[in-house]
Amino acid sequence: MNEMSPDGYTTEDGRKIGGVVMEMRNITLRFGGVVAIKDISFDIREGEIRAIIGPNGAGKSSMLNVISGFYHPQEGEVWYRGARRPAMKPFQVARQGIARTFQNIALFDGMTVLDNIMTGRLNHMSASFIDQALWWGKAQREEVKNRRVAEEVIDFLEIQNIRKTPVGRLPYGLKKRVELARALVAEPSILLLDEPMAGMNVEEKEDMSRFILDVNDEFGTTIALIEHDMGVVMDLSDRVVVMDYGKKIGDGTPDEVRNNPDVIDAYLGVAHD
Amino acid sequence: MPEQLVFAMEVTLNGLMTGVMYSLVALGFVLIFKASGIFNYAQGVMALFAAMTLVGIQDGRVPFAHIINEVLGTDIHYFGWEVPALLAILLTVLVMIGFALFVQKFIFRHLVGQEPIILFMATIGLAYFLEGVSDLMWGSEIRNLDVGLPQGINDTIDQVTFEIFGYGFFIDNLDLWATGIAAVLVAGLIAYAQYTKNGRAMRAVADDHQAALSVGISLNYVWILVWSLAGIVALVAGIMWGSKSGVQFSLSLIALKALPVLMLGGFTSIPGAIVGGLIIGVGEALFEFSIGPLIGGATENWFAYVLALVFLVFRPQGLFGEKIIERV
Repeated sequence: MNEMSPDGYTTEDGRKIGGVVMEMRNITLRFGGVVAIKDISFDIREGEIRAIIGPNGAGKSSMLNVISGFYHPQEGEVWYRGARRPAMKPFQVARQGIARTFQNIALFDGMTVLDNIMTGRLNHMSASFIDQALWWGKAQREEVKNRRVAEEVIDFLEIQNIRKTPVGRLPYGLKKRVELARALVAEPSILLLDEPMAGMNVEEKEDMSRFILDVNDEFGTTIALIEHDMGVVMDLSDRVVVMDYGKKIGDGTPDEVRNNPDVIDAYLGVAHD
Repeated sequence: MPEQLVFAMEVTLNGLMTGVMYSLVALGFVLIFKASGIFNYAQGVMALFAAMTLVGIQDGRVPFAHIINEVLGTDIHYFGWEVPALLAILLTVLVMIGFALFVQKFIFRHLVGQEPIILFMATIGLAYFLEGVSDLMWGSEIRNLDVGLPQGINDTIDQVTFEIFGYGFFIDNLDLWATGIAAVLVAGLIAYAQYTKNGRAMRAVADDHQAALSVGISLNYVWILVWSLAGIVALVAGIMWGSKSGVQFSLSLIALKALPVLMLGGFTSIPGAIVGGLIIGVGEALFEFSIGPLIGGATENWFAYVLALVFLVFRPQGLFGEKIIERV
């Protein structure tokens, strides 16, 4: 790939990719004596689909948890929108506009699909308690707007027919989609997806890939995703970070990464010395 | 209509209203348990503390008077003013919110992620601590609580039932008011949980902590909120029970009556707490009325627990609780 300008570039299919929105600088994360992430740096650009891949136990999920504030690295800095981000709690990160999904699905099982999705709008609600209690002006306007956004996303992800179903009763693939919907209604500036395709059958994987591409295309949402299924990722992403044993062993376009000898070793299981 | 049946109707009505009082106490448990998984043993003491504080503020008592007098050698007990009931209630609400902040900041914030049994032990400690604080602040004498709720027999019901059945029901005005206020409180809580931002956040936290964090909800904030709400519920329960039988230590024991209510209704269900309370209230009143005389009376002391035991055997999650599914 050509040298990328700091202001961004245009992809082969004509999408505009902007400047760096998030940057990880020399992140090291330890759990006691175990080093989960070792001195990793990479950036995420506005509007791109950025993948983090690697074999099981490579530290991908840990990296996503660092970005979303669930883990705090011992060393290194997280830069977001040109400023260094102080250590933040996950809910503060979410309020900054970074939404995420989870590998093992974290939905509100007792609520309906619609209610689940509406919780994604909580940060877009600011009416005072009195307004809400009396259902006055601002509260009403907000609720109407929030419902509209929720309904748009529901249409977009083709889950209209299960709007009123309690989430606990849904099959796995649909749950994943509802979780994506909840993250989307927050209108995030970065969407983090933790193994969005894990445990899905081929058809569900295709659906999910299509949704991810559509989200990025239509809303221009920046997406960072983790996957261990290399095939899927290569088709989806603009740029790929490859991790193995907590270290970064490759970073670049899918083609560059595919031909990187270290990456090939890691995936074919060449012994580490 | 046979006389016995008329009596039974009166007993049922009174039982229903006692049941509402049980529900109120149980509600405080459910709020905290749902949102944080903490079984709050201190709920009863919170009701005692709230009622004591209310009486203290109303009478214009000096808090911690004993300590102050001991240290400074003074002899003050009253400020010399009386605070109107409504203002005193508002001030007590503030105190309960302060208590919620204290509990979250100094205790449960540091116990996040601990085993339920550890959290439970912490609330036992909290119960004794709060009881001591209550004694220190306001003394331990029995106090009369009067916020202006009408007391005594309701004449209208008495007359109407006399005309219909030839026997006037004895229904206490205080019980009627308590029932009405409890109903309003419960409806308000349900609406709050259903339609407001904080209510949604509360339900979200009750369901899944990780997911709640990821949509930008502060767990700490929600926990302070539920402890505050539980404090307000405790205050209302304290007012009702305190008006009925005086504010004294035994008030804190009504928490024990909430246990069977929770086992019946389920620990995680607000409607469950209400229905559970009603069933226990009516059940124990009718049981005492019908079987009591045959076995020497005082069945109210144990009936609720036996009923709860039976429920534990056949439906351990309660009537409305989430079904317990063990996956292997």
